[in-house]
Amino acid sequence: MTANALDLPLIRIRELSKSYQRGGQHIPVLLDIQLDVMAGDFIALMGPSGSGKSTLLNLIAGIDQPSSGRIEIGGIDIASLSEGQLADWRARNVGFIFQFYNLLPVLTAFENVELPLLLTDLSARQRRVHAQAALEMVKLDDRMDHYPNELSGGQQQRVAIARALVSDPTLIVADEPTGDLDRHTGQEVLSLLDELNRNLGKTIVMVTHDPKAAERAHRMVHLDKGVLVDEVQPLGG
Amino acid sequence: MRCNRWAADMFIFKLLLKNAFRHKLRTALTLFGLVVALAAFGLLRTIVGAWYAGVEGSSSTRLVTRSAISLTFPLPLNYAQRIKGVDGVAAISWSNWFGGVYITERNFFPQFAVEPVSYLALYPEYRLTADERLAFLRDRQGAIVGRKLADKFGWKVGDQIPLRGTIYPGTWTFNLRGIWDGAEAKTDESQLLFHWDYLNESIRKRFGNRADYVGVYIVGINEPQNAALISQRLDAEFKNSRAETLTETESAFQLSFVSMSEAILVAIEAVSYIIVVIIMAVMANTMTMTARERLAEYATLKALGFAPSFVVKLLFGESLLIALLGGLAGLALTLPLAAAFGSAAGTLFPAFHVTPLTMALQLLAALIVGAVAAAWPAWKMSRIDIVQGLRHVA
Amino acid sequence: MKFIPASYIARNLWVRRVTTLLTAGGMALVVYVFATVLMMSEGIRATLVATGQPDNVIALRKGAGAEINSAVERAQAAILESLPGIATDAAGRPLISKEPVVLNNLPKRGSGKPSNVTVRGTTERGLQLRPQVQMVEGRMFRPGTSEIITGRAIARGFQGAGLGETLRFAGRDWTVVGVFDAGRTGFDSEIWGDAEQMLQAFRRNAFSSVVFRLADASQFEAIKAALEADPRMTVELKPETQFYAEQSEALAKFISILGTALSVIFSIGAIVGAMITMFAAVASRVGEIGTLRALGFRRGAVLLAFLGESLLLSLVGGLLGLAAASLMQTVNISTTNFQTFSELAFQFKLTPTIAWQTIAFALFMGLVGGFIPAWGAARLKIVDCLRAA
Repeated sequence: MTANALDLPLIRIRELSKSYQRGGQHIPVLLDIQLDVMAGDFIALMGPSGSGKSTLLNLIAGIDQPSSGRIEIGGIDIASLSEGQLADWRARNVGFIFQFYNLLPVLTAFENVELPLLLTDLSARQRRVHAQAALEMVKLDDRMDHYPNELSGGQQQRVAIARALVSDPTLIVADEPTGDLDRHTGQEVLSLLDELNRNLGKTIVMVTHDPKAAERAHRMVHLDKGVLVDEVQPLGG
Repeated sequence: MRCNRWAADMFIFKLLLKNAFRHKLRTALTLFGLVVALAAFGLLRTIVGAWYAGVEGSSSTRLVTRSAISLTFPLPLNYAQRIKGVDGVAAISWSNWFGGVYITERNFFPQFAVEPVSYLALYPEYRLTADERLAFLRDRQGAIVGRKLADKFGWKVGDQIPLRGTIYPGTWTFNLRGIWDGAEAKTDESQLLFHWDYLNESIRKRFGNRADYVGVYIVGINEPQNAALISQRLDAEFKNSRAETLTETESAFQLSFVSMSEAILVAIEAVSYIIVVIIMAVMANTMTMTARERLAEYATLKALGFAPSFVVKLLFGESLLIALLGGLAGLALTLPLAAAFGSAAGTLFPAFHVTPLTMALQLLAALIVGAVAAAWPAWKMSRIDIVQGLRHVA
Repeated sequence: MKFIPASYIARNLWVRRVTTLLTAGGMALVVYVFATVLMMSEGIRATLVATGQPDNVIALRKGAGAEINSAVERAQAAILESLPGIATDAAGRPLISKEPVVLNNLPKRGSGKPSNVTVRGTTERGLQLRPQVQMVEGRMFRPGTSEIITGRAIARGFQGAGLGETLRFAGRDWTVVGVFDAGRTGFDSEIWGDAEQMLQAFRRNAFSSVVFRLADASQFEAIKAALEADPRMTVELKPETQFYAEQSEALAKFISILGTALSVIFSIGAIVGAMITMFAAVASRVGEIGTLRALGFRRGAVLLAFLGESLLLSLVGGLLGLAAASLMQTVNISTTNFQTFSELAFQFKLTPTIAWQTIAFALFMGLVGGFIPAWGAARLKIVDCLRAA
C-alpha cells in the first residue's frame, strides 16, 4: 500500500460497468459508475433491491470482476489483477462483514478470528496475540473458545468484526451488517463500526437499506437501476 | 370412490418419482452403486453355483465306487465281475483320471481313460453321431471331447491331440474321433475321454505291476431310491479285502470335491453378502441426507394435517423406488456379465448360467436395501416437531 | 499457497458423524475384504515356503509336480543314498530319508466331512531333516510299529487324530502316540508313521520322494547336473524351498486374483459412497466456501481441503477395515491345495507390506471419490457462494 496524501482518494472508480449473461440475455447491473472514497471515509451504499449496490460492494471488495472500467484502490487497479493476485490483495487489504456473519461453525470464535492470519507468515504465537487483541477490541475475549452456535446474533457479528480487523486491513466492507439483528444490538454493532472508523481510521464501505444505519455513515451514496443517483451528506456528519 | 383412490395413488407415485430425481446427481450415483453391487452379488452367486455344477450334472442312477483310503488309490480290475454280481447293480464301467497337460498347465481340463462302450451307455447325455461313436470305438488311440472343449481350442474331428502325462509319464497322442453335445444345459462338455485299454497296455509294457488297476468304477442302478442300500451292499462285498471300497451316489462324489474348496466357497458367499451390506450403508447415507434436507417440507406436510405415517411412506416409497430401479438394472447387467465371465473362465466351469433363484435374490436384496436404508431416517422424520422443522431453513 | 486448517477438515467430519460413519463403514468393509484376501494368499505362501529347509534337497520322479504323483524305485533311492555330498548326523549316518506319501480321505471333527490328508512314511532321520518340527505331546513313533504322530492341525481338525486316539486305514488300526508342531508350515497338516510300515500297508514298493541334506549347499548345481546326466536315473532334484514355493503358487495366485477382482468391484460401491458424501458436504458448505475464498484462500486451498476431508474419511475407513482384518489372524483355516490335492492348514498373515497396500487402497478410494466434488467446490464463484448461503 502506497503512502497516501490526504487529498488523493483511497478508492477511485472510473467508468465501472458490470453485466451478466443469463441464457442468451445480456443483463446490465451497473452502468458507468464514477466514485471517489477518501481514506478514513465511512460511506453507505443505498438503494432499492436490484439497484446494484451489492454488486458494487462486491467489486470494491475484489470478490467479483467488472465487465469494464477501473477500480483503483491504494493506487492499484484491482480490475486488472488476476484471480490469484486478487486473492492475495484481499487477504492484505480487505476485511469482510456479512449480514449472516458467515462464521465457520466448526471453528471457535478465536479460530474464526485467527483465520485471516493463516494467510500471512506470522507464527502461531504472533497470530494468537493479534487475534486476542482483536477480540478484546470487540469485548469478546472471554468467549474466545465458544462456537458460533453458542453465541447470540450480536455476539457473532462482533466476532465477525474482530475477524475483519485482525489483519489490519485498509478497507472494511460490510454487507447489511445489521440486517439480522434487532434494533438495540444493531446499534451496538454500528457504534463499534463508528469507533473503528474514528479511532483506528478504517475506511468503511457499507451496504444497507436501513436509513437509521445509514445515518451513522459520513456519506450516503444512492444507486438506482445500476446508476448513481445522488450523494447526500447525512446530518450526523 | 375407487377412482379417487387410484388418482391419489398415482399422485403419490408421481410425487415419489419426482422427489427421487430432484437431486439427479445423488440419485444417479446411488443407482450406479446399486447396479454395480447387485450385479456383483449376482455374479458371485453364479460363480458359487457353477462350482456345484458338477453336482447338478449328476444322475441319481449312477454310483461311484472308489478306494476307501482315498481317491488317489486305484482298485483292481477284477473287482468289475464281483460288482456286477451285487444285487441292484444294472451296469458297470470304469475310468482313470489321466491328469495330462495340454501344452501348458493353464489349459487345464479333465481327461479320463474309460471303458468306452459301457461308459457311453452310462452317460447317454453325451450325444454323439452314430458315425463318430463308431469311429471312436474302432480307434484304440481315439478320443472324444465335449463341444465346449472343442470350441475353446478350435479342435476338429480328425485332429491329433498331444498330452504330456504327469501321473503316467511321457507324451501321449490321441486322434479326435468325435465331439459330443450335452443333452441339457447342465451337461459337462469340457472333458476328454479315451480308451482305458490303450492306457493299460502302455502301463503294462512300462511298469508291469501297475497294470489292471482302475481309478473309479461307475455303477449304474435301476432303483435310485435304493442307492444307499446298494452302496452298502457293494462295500460289504470288499470289506476286509486288500482294497476296501467306498461307494456313494454320483452327486455325493461330486460334492466331496466341492467341499475341498469349502473354505473358499464360504468366503465367496460371505463376501457376496458383504457387498449388499456395503451398498446398504451407501443407500442409508443417501436417504439420511435426503431426509435431513427435506426437514422443512416434512414439517410443512405435518402442519398441513398429513399424518406422520404419510411422511414415513414418502421416504420409504422413494427409497424403495430407487432400490427397485437399481435392482432391475443390476439384474439386467448380470446376464451379459455372467456370459462374459463364463466364456473367459471357459472349461474351468462346465456350466455357467444365472439361475432364476439368483435373480429373485437380487431383487429381494434390492428391496431389503431400500427398506433398511430408509428405516432410521423415516422413523426420525415421523417424529419431528413441526415448529422445529419449519424453523430449519436447510 | 496457504492451507485451510486441518482442524476445519477434521471437525467437519465429526459434526456429521452419522454420514461419516456410514461412508467410512462402507469403505472399511471393502478394505477388510481386500486385506483379508491378501493375508490369505500370504498365509498360504508363508506356510508352504517355510516348510522347506534351505539346505535340503528333494528328489521326485521327473515331471511329477507333487509327491503323490511321484514314484522313486528302491534302486533309484539306493543310488541317491550313495551320492557324495550328503550331510551326516552326529552318529555319522547320512541325513537322507526315503518317504512314501499317500493321501488318506478322513472325516473332519464336527462336520464329519471328509478331506484328503497327507500321510507320510518317514524315519528318525526324517525328523532330523525337519528341525522346525517339535513334538509337543507324547513321543515319536517307534519304527516297525503301527504307531503314528499327527501334525497339530490334523490332531485338532480330524476325528481320531488326537493323542491316544486311533485311526483306521489301509486295513489297520494306527495309534496316535504323539502330536507335533511344525511351526506353521505344511507339515502341520500331515500324519507321519514308519516308512516301511506305510509301504507295506499301502502295498507300495516304491517311495514317493527322497529328501536329503547337502553338506555344502553350494554344491547343489554340480550334484544335480551329475545326477541328471546319469541315464539310469529317472528322478530330478529340487531345493526343498523351491519345491514348496511351487506348491503354493497356483492356490495363492488364484486367491489373490479372485480377491483383487472382488475388491475392485466393491471399491466402486465405496467410491460412490464417498462421492455422494462429499458432494453433499460441498453443497451444505457453499457459504463457508465463499467466505474462505473472500478472505483470500485460493481455489487450490479449497480443492485440497475437500480432498483432504475425503482422504481423512477413507483413512478412517481404511484403519477400521485393517483392524478388523488383523483380527482374522487368530482364525485357523484350511483348504485343499489344488496342486497336492491334500489338506493344507494355514493362517491369515498380516505383513507390513499388506498393511501399507491396504491403506494405500483406502486412500486411493478416497482420492477418486473425493476428487470430482472437491474440484466442483474449487470451481465455484465467490459471489455465487455468498448468494446461495
